[in-house]
Amino acid sequence: MAFLTISLLNGISYGLLLFMLSAGLTLIFSMMGVLNFAHASFYMLGAYLGYSLTGWLGFWWALLLAPGLVGGVGALCERYVLRRVHRFGQVPELLITFGMSYLILEGVQLVWGRSSLDFRVPLALDGPLFTLFGTQFPAYRAFMMGVSLLMLLALWGLLTRTRVGLVIQAALTHPDMVQALGHNVPRVFTGVFAAGCALAGLAGVLGGAAFVTEPAMAASIGGLVFVVVVVGGMGSLAGAFWASMLLGLIQTFAVASDVSLMSLASGMGWQLADSSSGLGLWAIKLSQLAPVLPYLLMVVTLILRPRGLLGSRSE
Amino acid sequence: MMSRISGLGEPNNKRALSRGGAAVWWAYALVLAIAPSLFSSGLSQTLLSQMGIAIIACLSFNILLGQGGMLSFGHAVYSGIGAFAAIHSLNRITGGWALPVSLVPVLGGLASVLLASVLGWVTTKKSATPFAMITFGMGELVWAGALMFPEVFGGEAGVSGNRVAGAPVWGISWGPQQQVTYLIAAYTLVCTWLMYAFTRTPLGRMLNAVRDNPERVAFVGYNPQMVRYLAFVIAAFFAGVTGGLSALNFEQVSAEVFSAYRSGAYLIFTFLGGTAFFFGPVIGGVLMVLAFVLLSEFSRAWLLYLGLIFLAMVVYAPGGLASIIMANWQVARRGYLRRLLPMYLALFAGAAPALLGAAALVEMLYHRQLNAALGPTLTFMGLNLNTGGFASWLTCACVCLAGLGLFEAVRRGFVKRWELVQFDMAHPQGQAVE
Repeated sequence: MAFLTISLLNGISYGLLLFMLSAGLTLIFSMMGVLNFAHASFYMLGAYLGYSLTGWLGFWWALLLAPGLVGGVGALCERYVLRRVHRFGQVPELLITFGMSYLILEGVQLVWGRSSLDFRVPLALDGPLFTLFGTQFPAYRAFMMGVSLLMLLALWGLLTRTRVGLVIQAALTHPDMVQALGHNVPRVFTGVFAAGCALAGLAGVLGGAAFVTEPAMAASIGGLVFVVVVVGGMGSLAGAFWASMLLGLIQTFAVASDVSLMSLASGMGWQLADSSSGLGLWAIKLSQLAPVLPYLLMVVTLILRPRGLLGSRSE
Repeated sequence: MMSRISGLGEPNNKRALSRGGAAVWWAYALVLAIAPSLFSSGLSQTLLSQMGIAIIACLSFNILLGQGGMLSFGHAVYSGIGAFAAIHSLNRITGGWALPVSLVPVLGGLASVLLASVLGWVTTKKSATPFAMITFGMGELVWAGALMFPEVFGGEAGVSGNRVAGAPVWGISWGPQQQVTYLIAAYTLVCTWLMYAFTRTPLGRMLNAVRDNPERVAFVGYNPQMVRYLAFVIAAFFAGVTGGLSALNFEQVSAEVFSAYRSGAYLIFTFLGGTAFFFGPVIGGVLMVLAFVLLSEFSRAWLLYLGLIFLAMVVYAPGGLASIIMANWQVARRGYLRRLLPMYLALFAGAAPALLGAAALVEMLYHRQLNAALGPTLTFMGLNLNTGGFASWLTCACVCLAGLGLFEAVRRGFVKRWELVQFDMAHPQGQAVE
């Protein structure tokens, strides 16, 4: 019971973090048709900036300022690089963001070095929040959940309840009409791109303190975010939400369990005569499988439901 | 700086290769036949063998990107599986299998076909952006999955083999590097020709149609997904051959062959070489080896340079080097190059100081970050730069800015002149007034 509850909470907090990343990616994708390959790089940039700002001003200022800085960098990238190739179609845009991910990685390694940083949770949030069935739940995890939920509520409110949100929603589907009505659609694009990057930056500050801050962090989470978007359905925010949750839970439960096919079989009363056959497949534990599970989920989704959980039918 | 130069990026002359095509092929074969003997030093053998492999790899990647419009972030999966199939069959040959070592790369290709016909079925369900994401996911899946089966993929250390296996055929034991380089050269020639032939088949033509207008292809009665799938499997075959060749070349394969970095390198260099023309990836393959073997020795900032060059290329010359060469070839063939030559010299006069100044700044920055223990002095192009002093930074920045200013001034004139030349070439009778 303890394992279940704590894993559930951890999974949800990780899922919310993933959603913060994939929400930005989905918004940018559905608005501009650009898959921002560098999205995870902005997450990494957020973590590194958060680390430096924590050193100068403290964690709370970092949490506030780092996303803003990352958003600013994103806006510059959109305005001066991405916009130049926008009319040439999807492949050049994808290539541009791919190149940007290279440059951000190189820049980060140049400024902060190649080894991992000692980015710690602030003292006020260090330690357990409560103890449930004898297992502690860290306060920082709860804080992560709180900030993510608050952010997402704010995003939802902005998109559905304000004038700006209405313009953004309209520009999603009818950019020419919105332009004709006198709104500056390119500026809306820049704003959405910056906001998406800022969300990634916020996730970076939160995640950087909770997990490891290192140059490989972009590559390791980038793949997961792609899986979320494919599984949830391209361009669907609600789909991205459920897929993030699913992925967060799967990852957390898999890492924490040491079930293997062999132990399952012996649990059901079968005794495998030769456990070394079958390329060692039988002996692989679920926790070892954890890094591959998201991608397996993606493959299964593509086979069973190519448009994703909540995606529309068109490609 | 907003407008791109016209004439770049569009394959505006499809017959460019077929006209005088035979001569080009003979020259290509001649280079491949002579180079391994002409350059016999250890370094050049290393370079040449890797270049041959990289050329096939980039050409096979271009079947997807250039001919099919499919941007793959996971092509290394297929070169990697070919490498593992090859190294395992090499070890079987050592153990007594009766298979000539020279055919091992083909086996690698077949293994790759097998994997691609399974994974490719899922991958090619989508096109465009979803395709790119799915290939990325597949790449991660195979890369992470490979580390889980140390019996097959050798874990972190990898699998090693010995290419001197079985009885020597015609006195060729594959021991000396030069023999392997020749084998790679032969494979390069045959594979290049096969891939060129593929572009002329009905399937190859359909692939171009799927790239340009999949809806219309479906409307005429073809299944775009099937066309993509077949092309994907064919591209995987050639990728597998490169894996087999590199297994023979290095006699060692580790799970690193599946890495996203390798897939990224295929993408970057195929693009730099040029996707719009068949021979573009050949340039890309040569550049890839030069960058990985030489540039990485020369500078620690080489990845930064590579990224910047790549971005500049995507923005200003999306057709890659091949399209720049072909556009100028067209101009030269019609006798218009004389009008552009002074402009080119002026452009170079601006670009050289701009690039050198920028490179000096980058090198100083890297030196400060990575080699601070070696003292503040950095030798760059025979110059001693003091990274601690203000003067060096200022001088380099001034050189860079002056070069940039000159370049930008000349560039504006150049673009106008270029457009005029293009116009004159398009309307030979009505000469435009200059």
